[in-house]
Amino acid sequence: MTPEVRDQIVEHCLAGRPEEACGLLGGVVNGDTAEATVCYPGRNLAASRTLYELDPKDHLLADRHAEQHGLEIVGVFHSHTHTEAYPSPTDVARAPDPFWHYVLVSLKDDETVLRSFRIRDGQITEEQLETPTLIGEL
Amino acid sequence: MPVTIKLPTVLRPHTGGEKQVEAAGGTVGEVIGDLVDRFPALEDQLFESEKSLRRFVNVYLNDDDIRYVGGLEAGVSDGDRVTILPAVAGG
Repeated sequence: MTPEVRDQIVEHCLAGRPEEACGLLGGVVNGDTAEATVCYPGRNLAASRTLYELDPKDHLLADRHAEQHGLEIVGVFHSHTHTEAYPSPTDVARAPDPFWHYVLVSLKDDETVLRSFRIRDGQITEEQLETPTLIGEL
Repeated sequence: MPVTIKLPTVLRPHTGGEKQVEAAGGTVGEVIGDLVDRFPALEDQLFESEKSLRRFVNVYLNDDDIRYVGGLEAGVSDGDRVTILPAVAGG
C-alpha cells in the first residue's frame, strides 16, 4: 500500500478510539496481491469496542469512486483497540469476500501495528504488507 | 427494460467473471430474478428463501438501499442501476 494510504488508515483508526474503526481499500489487483492506492474511511455502525459494521452507504460510495477511477475495492481494514492485529473468530466468520485483503490494525500498544491477511474458507493466511518509500525520502 | 446490475468480486466467479450485467424486469426482484435465471449459482448466494434476500447482502437501486424504497418490490425504470454489495463486518 502507498504510504499515504497507510497514514490515512492509522489516522482513521486512532480517531475512532475507543471504538473500532473501519474502512475500505481501493486499488489494483495483481494476481494474488493487490496495491492499495486509495483509503476509504468508513463509519462503524456498530459503534463498539469489539465489533465493526461498515455503513453500507460508505461501501456504495467507495465502490462508485473506485469504479469511476478504474480501481477495484481490494480489501477492508479495521482496528483492534486492545488486541493483536490478527483476525478474530468474528472476522473469519463474517469475512465478506475471499478475494479481498484484510488489514488489521492493533492500537493496543503505543506503536500502531498493521498486518495483512487473506481469509478463505475459514482459513487465515498472513501476507506481506509492503509500504514502498520513495528513495528520495530516505 | 434493461437495468444494469453491478456485482461485487465475491459473486463474479458465478457470472463467468462479469462485473456488470444487463437484466430485465419491472421491479428489483424481477431484475435480480432475471440475473439468477442466467446465472443459477447466484441464487444460493443471494437468497435465504424464495422471496427473501440473505441478511448479509445489501442491494441498492441507484443511490437507495432497497430496504427503504420497497425492497424487492421496488419499481425500476430503463437505465436504472442495481448494485449488489456484501455487508462488511467483523469483530
